[in-house]
Amino acid sequence: MMSNWVEVGTLNDIPKLGARVVKAPEGDIAVFRTADDKVFALRDKCPHKGGQLSQGIVMGYRVACPLHDWKIGLDNGIALAPDEGCAASFPIKMEGNKIMLSLVPEDGCPNK
Amino acid sequence: MKDKLVVIGNGMAGIRTVEELLKIDPLAYDITVFGAEPYGNYNRIMLSPVLAGDKTIDEIMLNDEQWYVDNGVKLHKGVEVTSIDRVNRKVIAADGTEEPYDRLLIATGSDPFIIPVPGNDLEGVIAFRDIKDVDTMMAAAKKHKHAVVIGGGLLGLEAANGLMEQGMSVTVVHLMDKLMERQMDGPAAAMLKESLEERGLHFLMEAQTESIIGKDRVEKVRFKDGSEIYADLVVMAVGIKPNIKLAKEAGIHCERGIVVNDTLQTYDPTIYSVGECVQHRGVAYGLVAPLFEMAKVCANHLARMGIGRYEGTMTSTKLKVTGIDLFSAGDFIGDASTDELVFQDKARGVYRKIIVKDNKIQGAVMYGDTIDGTWYFDLMRDETDISEFRENLLFGQAHLGDSGHGDDNRVAAMSDNTEICGCNGVTKGEIVKAITVNKIFTLDEVRAHTKASSSCGSCTGLVESIMSHTLGGDYSTAPHLKPMCGCTDKSHDDVRAAIGAQGYKSIHTVMEAMAWKTPDGCSKCRPAINYYLVCKFPELNLDDSQSRFINERAHANIQGDGTYSVIPRMWGGMTTPQELRAVADAAEKYNVDTVHVTGGQRIGLYGLKKEELPAIWDDLNKAGMVSGHAYGKALRTVKTCVGKEWCRFGTQDSTGLGIKLEKMSWGSWMPHKFKMAASGCPRNCAEATIKDYGVVCVDSGYEIHVGGNGGIKVRATDLLCNVKTEEEVLEYSAAYIQLYREEAHYLERTAPWIERMGLAHIKEALIDNPEKRKELAERFNFSQTFMQDDPWEERAKGGEAHEFTPLKVIG
Ligand code: SRM
Ligand SMILES: Cc1cc2nc3c(=O)[nH]c(=O)nc-3n(C[C@H](O)[C@H](O)[C@H](O)COP(=O)(O)OP(=O)(O)OC[C@H]3O[C@@H](n4cnc5c(N)ncnc54)[C@H](O)[C@@H]3O)c2cc1C
Ligand code: SF4
Ligand code: FES
Repeated sequence: MMSNWVEVGTLNDIPKLGARVVKAPEGDIAVFRTADDKVFALRDKCPHKGGQLSQGIVMGYRVACPLHDWKIGLDNGIALAPDEGCAASFPIKMEGNKIMLSLVPEDGCPNK
Repeated sequence: MKDKLVVIGNGMAGIRTVEELLKIDPLAYDITVFGAEPYGNYNRIMLSPVLAGDKTIDEIMLNDEQWYVDNGVKLHKGVEVTSIDRVNRKVIAADGTEEPYDRLLIATGSDPFIIPVPGNDLEGVIAFRDIKDVDTMMAAAKKHKHAVVIGGGLLGLEAANGLMEQGMSVTVVHLMDKLMERQMDGPAAAMLKESLEERGLHFLMEAQTESIIGKDRVEKVRFKDGSEIYADLVVMAVGIKPNIKLAKEAGIHCERGIVVNDTLQTYDPTIYSVGECVQHRGVAYGLVAPLFEMAKVCANHLARMGIGRYEGTMTSTKLKVTGIDLFSAGDFIGDASTDELVFQDKARGVYRKIIVKDNKIQGAVMYGDTIDGTWYFDLMRDETDISEFRENLLFGQAHLGDSGHGDDNRVAAMSDNTEICGCNGVTKGEIVKAITVNKIFTLDEVRAHTKASSSCGSCTGLVESIMSHTLGGDYSTAPHLKPMCGCTDKSHDDVRAAIGAQGYKSIHTVMEAMAWKTPDGCSKCRPAINYYLVCKFPELNLDDSQSRFINERAHANIQGDGTYSVIPRMWGGMTTPQELRAVADAAEKYNVDTVHVTGGQRIGLYGLKKEELPAIWDDLNKAGMVSGHAYGKALRTVKTCVGKEWCRFGTQDSTGLGIKLEKMSWGSWMPHKFKMAASGCPRNCAEATIKDYGVVCVDSGYEIHVGGNGGIKVRATDLLCNVKTEEEVLEYSAAYIQLYREEAHYLERTAPWIERMGLAHIKEALIDNPEKRKELAERFNFSQTFMQDDPWEERAKGGEAHEFTPLKVIG
């Protein structure tokens, strides 16, 4: 499968338990950093009513949407039960401190 | 190799424990369950609606056999365990199966009590305990006419009602002179009997059964006084006794039930026990709410998390007979030291009695209209001081002021498409469906599944009423002190006390020291702990922006479409042509979609992009305007009227006072938003009596009012006191705010806080004790020296820039 790696910044650009936005032609992508310095990327659009996930509170490997508090898994974009839906997840690879983001979302989620 | 957990008893308590265990540590054990009944796990309390024809057996299954497969739990269905070999740590079943265990959980429930009279073993004499009994009753109803139910308690009346619905002629035989004497007092019991008689039930009171007569099958019941009645079916519902046979034979210490400690451990440390078979602190329970609490604690210890104690449960009772509403909880008889508040309206069939001691509810019994039952129960459990609304207590919560839903709301009568939760658009039907389809019992689960009551919370009472109507019985599993959230068993007060006593200085230390169950907490506990730390140590700048809701992080209010609003402060609702010009210029420059005069006497600009915020703030700053905190759990607005300066009725300078109040307190973080107002005379044009702190100017000085709320649930203020000077108004205000900041739970506004603590408590701190008032005010002013930096200015100068700029722009 094609991927399309772009350097988007370094780990230090994102606060721990926080997120920043990457503006891409197909729509915003939220890039999260967890307490243990893992980085994940999701389409910045909550499967519920489109809330910007980048603005939510990060906890463990989840983010709470700022609009109505749905919890979305950072590693797979899937809404925590009993809510249903997903936000597309984008591959990340770290090169040292540099964050490489693929603009090709993982398969499996219709909300690209 | 994983440890083996064996569970004896496939009932409500045992399987609930397994569910809780799977939730916290699915890999801890290989689990094996023995169940004497030939089914999966079902909701025993719903047998009554099944008998009444309102539900089917399929609808009350909680976990079908697939559930056991999916969760890797081995089920021996229809297999009774006959002995426990504690030396070799294994259980032996009737069919010869043996299972070794490392931990054993006994959840054998209870056995119905069968009165020892001749003929009690005849065909057609049964108890009311399981699916088999219900099947027998339904079959009997098809062939036979006369049913006798022995026992006029909860279970007996539900059985009698069900059999009547199945078409039988039913007589209830009761030993006492009152029905449900353990849950009802005289008047309520009499009203209950009257309405059941109207529905067609017959009663024989103070009747002692002597024998049951029949050849192959029951034919008659004979009483001590020699009288007899016909019976084709006799249901004994005279009580239950904990099923301790197995445990006793295995030498585990039992009294009335299997004796367990606060961790649900028996005298054999490898063996735990939960449910109706248990005796905890001398009490054996017969309702599900305590069992569910036990399950939670027990699972926690089985998972070796080692936190949580079961400390007993207050229970309440309801009768699951459609159309009959009764509720009882706690001590409803009282004694010489208690007061009795009684309301009775025979014609409407309504009766309420509340037992009060030292202004706290000890118990309640209600008949006819029980919509306030959950409210009384909450007040009782939380030991709320009721002195402030004592005179209205009997009339119910609706009479304390409520803009949402008033007296005419009767959950039972509502149609399925009545909207219950206005925030999330959830109807009664959806809630009922979620409860029945997903087999859920708790408010939290209803919130998770439907979102009802998960936003503003004003519909919580209604949702709880719907739950109790749907589930019957006692659905509430809320422990005495509510934990902050699912991440912990600790309450808000626990956390605050620990921060004070231990001096924890970061969210992480608090979570670690207090054994949080999740790594970073959640969107409920983290903002709360963050606030508690900021409040306790204002000088240390401990604020963690990642633990704040976006509004407080971005210092603007996020809108449904992801844009933000900007509302600058207009001190005391006053403005100038220069400020208006600056606002107008900013609105044009940034293409603001909407300019609105807000409910808080200010001007709001709507539809701004996040990236634009620092720039527009900079422009407004230049005109001398600062953040209005319209987004924060903080001081909001101070509304004023024009007062003495202009108004012909004005007695004092309410505008000037309002500005002083706002200048003193802006920038302070609070448990929730905080609003003030100052009116120039008792005409009260600034609506000071629905504010958190309101001042009404009078000829002789100032009336200080506290604890008002104009939002979801209107509450008029309480008058705190009268003072003579502006200085006093300011000092009282500072002290009161600080008391609120130090004592209220996060997200609790002053109105519910005062209702919880009692006005007397506030007066004690602020009026009876001038020293304390001065100290509070000093602490507030000290804290303010660190708080009054305009967040807009900081960010306009480039602070927190990462918050407002994209990480990268591609293409
Ligand atoms: C902007 C404003 C409406 C307006 O355009 O007039 C407003 C807007 C919101 N109010 Fe309000 N309230 C506004 C005055 C009020 C008032 C009137 C007042 O302050 O005198 C009340 C009733 C008084 C009171 O609070 O007791 C009010 C009672 C509420 C409540 C119910 C609070 C309660 O305790 O019951 C909420 C919900 C909440 O806070 O959880 C709320 C929540 C909200 C939120 C923050 C909802 C949200 O979370 O997004 C709205 C934000 C809109 C936005 O994006 O800016 N708003 N809100 C008013 C801001 C005034 C200002 O200048 O700061
Ligand atoms: C008709 C009815 C209505 C009720 N209504 C309400 C209500 O409205 N509200 C409320 O709170 N409570 C109500 N209750 C009470 C509630 O159902 C019980 O408190 C609850 O079911 C007890 O749970 P438990 O797990 O302790 O026992 P049970 O649910 O009885 O489970 C025990 C299980 O263990 C099995 N078992 C016993 N011994 C062995 C053995 N040796 N080997 C294998 N298996 C064994 C039994 O067969 C049984 O299935 C009602 C009860 C009944 C019968
Ligand atoms: S501004 Fe207030 S009343 Fe209006 S929709 Fe928003 S929260 Fe509701
Ligand atoms: S838009 Fe995300 S929870 Fe509603």
